[in-house]
Amino acid sequence: MSGAFIPVDRLRGTIADSRLQSAIYTATGRLIEKRASVVSPEALPDYQDLREQAHRVKRHTLENLDHYLEQLEANVAAHGGRIVWCDNGKEVADFVLGLARQRGANLIVKSKSMTTEEIDLNERLEHHHLEAVETDLGEYILQLAHEHPYHIVAPALHKTRHEVAELFSDRLGVQHDVVIENQTLTARRVLREKFLAAGIGITGANFLVADSGAVVIVENEGNARLTSSAPPIHIAIAGIEKLIPRAQDLAVFLKLLGRSATGQPLTVYTSFLSGPRRPGELDGPDEFYVVLLDNGRSKLLADAAKRESLSCIRCGACLNHCPVYRKIGGHNYPGTYSGPIGAIITPQYRGVMAHPWLPFASSLCGACAEVCPVKIDIPRLLLDLRSEVVRERSGIERVAFRAFAWLAAHPRVYSFVTAMAARFAPRGENGWLRRLPFFARFAALEKWLSQRELPVPARQSFRQYWRSRS
Amino acid sequence: MTRGQVAVFVTCVVDQLFPRVGIAMIEVLERLGYSVDFRERQTCCGQPAFNSGYRDEARRLARHFIDVFRDAEYIVIPSGSCTSMVTHHFAELLPDEPAVRELASRTWEFSRFLLEVTRVEDVGARYEGAVTYHDSCHALRELKIHDGPRRLLANVRGLELREMDAAAECCGFGGTFSVKFPDVSGAMARTKIDSILRTKADTVVSADCSCLMQLQGAMRRVGVGVRTMHLAEVLASR
Amino acid sequence: MNREVMLQKVRTALGRKPGEAPGSPPPVYFSRTDRTVEQRIVAFTGALEALSGHVVRCYSREAARDTVNAMIAGKHAIASRSSFLHELQIAAEVPEAASYREACASAEFGITSADYALADTGTLVVLCGAEESRLVSLLPPKHIAVLTLSRLIDSLDDLLARVPRAADITSSMVLITGPSRTADIEQILVRGVHGPGEITVVLVDA
Repeated sequence: MSGAFIPVDRLRGTIADSRLQSAIYTATGRLIEKRASVVSPEALPDYQDLREQAHRVKRHTLENLDHYLEQLEANVAAHGGRIVWCDNGKEVADFVLGLARQRGANLIVKSKSMTTEEIDLNERLEHHHLEAVETDLGEYILQLAHEHPYHIVAPALHKTRHEVAELFSDRLGVQHDVVIENQTLTARRVLREKFLAAGIGITGANFLVADSGAVVIVENEGNARLTSSAPPIHIAIAGIEKLIPRAQDLAVFLKLLGRSATGQPLTVYTSFLSGPRRPGELDGPDEFYVVLLDNGRSKLLADAAKRESLSCIRCGACLNHCPVYRKIGGHNYPGTYSGPIGAIITPQYRGVMAHPWLPFASSLCGACAEVCPVKIDIPRLLLDLRSEVVRERSGIERVAFRAFAWLAAHPRVYSFVTAMAARFAPRGENGWLRRLPFFARFAALEKWLSQRELPVPARQSFRQYWRSRS
Repeated sequence: MTRGQVAVFVTCVVDQLFPRVGIAMIEVLERLGYSVDFRERQTCCGQPAFNSGYRDEARRLARHFIDVFRDAEYIVIPSGSCTSMVTHHFAELLPDEPAVRELASRTWEFSRFLLEVTRVEDVGARYEGAVTYHDSCHALRELKIHDGPRRLLANVRGLELREMDAAAECCGFGGTFSVKFPDVSGAMARTKIDSILRTKADTVVSADCSCLMQLQGAMRRVGVGVRTMHLAEVLASR
Repeated sequence: MNREVMLQKVRTALGRKPGEAPGSPPPVYFSRTDRTVEQRIVAFTGALEALSGHVVRCYSREAARDTVNAMIAGKHAIASRSSFLHELQIAAEVPEAASYREACASAEFGITSADYALADTGTLVVLCGAEESRLVSLLPPKHIAVLTLSRLIDSLDDLLARVPRAADITSSMVLITGPSRTADIEQILVRGVHGPGEITVVLVDA
């Protein structure tokens, strides 16, 4: 596999940026500690049982997804709402644009949704001169900065208060203020006007509940509640994999989501929304739509061995615990989703050869699988993807592994060859090399040496020692 | 008194680069009364090939391993990652072979062998030093090895065990990952080294030589003089 | 048209036929705790105060009324249409439907009751309907909720056991656990981003 595909310079740049390294490591470190304190055996004795239950419910739901989609549709309709079936991002944008035009809505407020990032919804809407304002504070900051989220749960974790102060004074015309509380109040003030004037509110959905025709949204700020309650139209956009069968299953999923994401037993607000306002209700939208998005999910569904990738509830725990993510951050991953989950779904959506290096950007430490609330076996899926990549492409590496396999299956030749290699290997200092002799300038060895010293073969291997014993 | 025979799989890294670890492991086992057998036809468990996506090549080596250790009552391995390759991943390569599951039940990582089969926590070792323990990823997460090595180390006379804050974080080796993504791998090693330095230990111990190779190589590069030792070497010390 | 195409894609991916019945889902999983009322009060108070919410225990309706009225004296406060609040005689206006939004947007205090409170997490549960609505606990920067102890239950599991399908009765059930908050900038915690930055729960004996 050619190293030419690995974005070496970008990775090196991120690693060399000590401020960024510190921001990523500290932020993820905090989230690690917070999660640990609320899933410990003392805090949550049945944590492992909950994970197993969540895994099973998701597996069952995915295996019968068509049934639950139909059930969701029936129940949404029964409560006065409407399902909109969208195969891709363009269809979603067309629907929203069509509706906005019909209703004369020019201003849209949005709450945080990775799904809408995935389909570049804001760009599409802005292209047609609709103002679509992000209302989650982190997302709002990113929107002003024209950047993409750095992390599933903490999107602006790479931004400092000084950068925010610059941004606000530049884009909002307010006085330059580095006090974070004041910055938050500014955003609150600006966005409140938007909430109250908007013609459409667009949210994502953490869960779609089939037996209730309901959308469940968890958040801490209150912007999703405002987005779904203030404007006369609420559109919830969600991937088809967000389904769960019963409202009662939330007892398991809500217990796992907040704890895994931010160490909160429950987030500040959990909204359970089913349909437009009912007769007798004083507020709430007049119209309620649930947009069901495929965008390649049915393709992932078809691969039974990798289908569990769709169980993801977007908690971000795998990102926080991944030693590779903690070094390279969110912007070095191609696609919308970063971290371990991104490393398994992006290759499935785009085809493994789109970014053949991605499944290899892992030491297979298993920290992700250990913390995934729905027990996705991410390392196993990475290994599956790796074998798919090498099947597509043969090179020197395959030749090398094949030769080694032959050698290792022929012990006497193996003993001979390794003994020769040890005999002619450079001695180094105390058995360690700082640089390579001219005859050993292999790329792999050079790469090793770029970071650390290289051990030389022992003068007497263990098998030689054993021989000499008898 | 003999406890019986143990077949050792030293691993290709120990065989070629760190034979003293294999020698130490044998010393400990013999001292405990085992007669040790090193089957010379052993080579590699196939993990590097498997982790790099070369399943056919890995399968070939898995078959070779099964053949070499066909009737060994106990197979003891001084490596968490090689052990988990045999006990957890051979089944993925050869799903329809009953020999694989049966093999897994006879295969032991070294510290677990001492604690669960030999049932000793004190092997009579002595090592004067402040030691911090690094949990290798496969040992920790696939084999659930955590307390065991610490109990063994706690019984070594003269040894002071200090816990580092990032004990369970990956050292950055990851097989070919270390050469495919050297900058990331090196950065991960340096994070571990910082954590090791905070303990002010003079020795870092692990149950996996590949981790020690990564850490020792990285420490030498930045001029850190902390010693690395495999658990077997500490337990063989007198 | 899209509906059929999308559903068929899913069915093909799964090897399922139209109308094919699903297997049974894994049985619902609830954790159970069992506390006395006093234990629940302690748990609820501890959980909500840890989030910088306030909890006041009143042993009579008069005490509750006086507590709330003292908090809102001289301030612009609105109340929901809760009949319980009405019985308590809280001195806050109940906005007219026509000016409801403006009232919520300009009030300093929004006063509601709640259908349930969850002891485990310090959570209020509000179901919208004839009595409660969405914006009154959302727009004003301060939220006061008054409810009887009979509404205090142990946990989310209990709620879902009692209200298996809130969708049957309301378009909105919201769980409120403390004041609105964010740590989006440098992970520094700030309260009152969009929702209320202060929340006070008054628990009344009967």
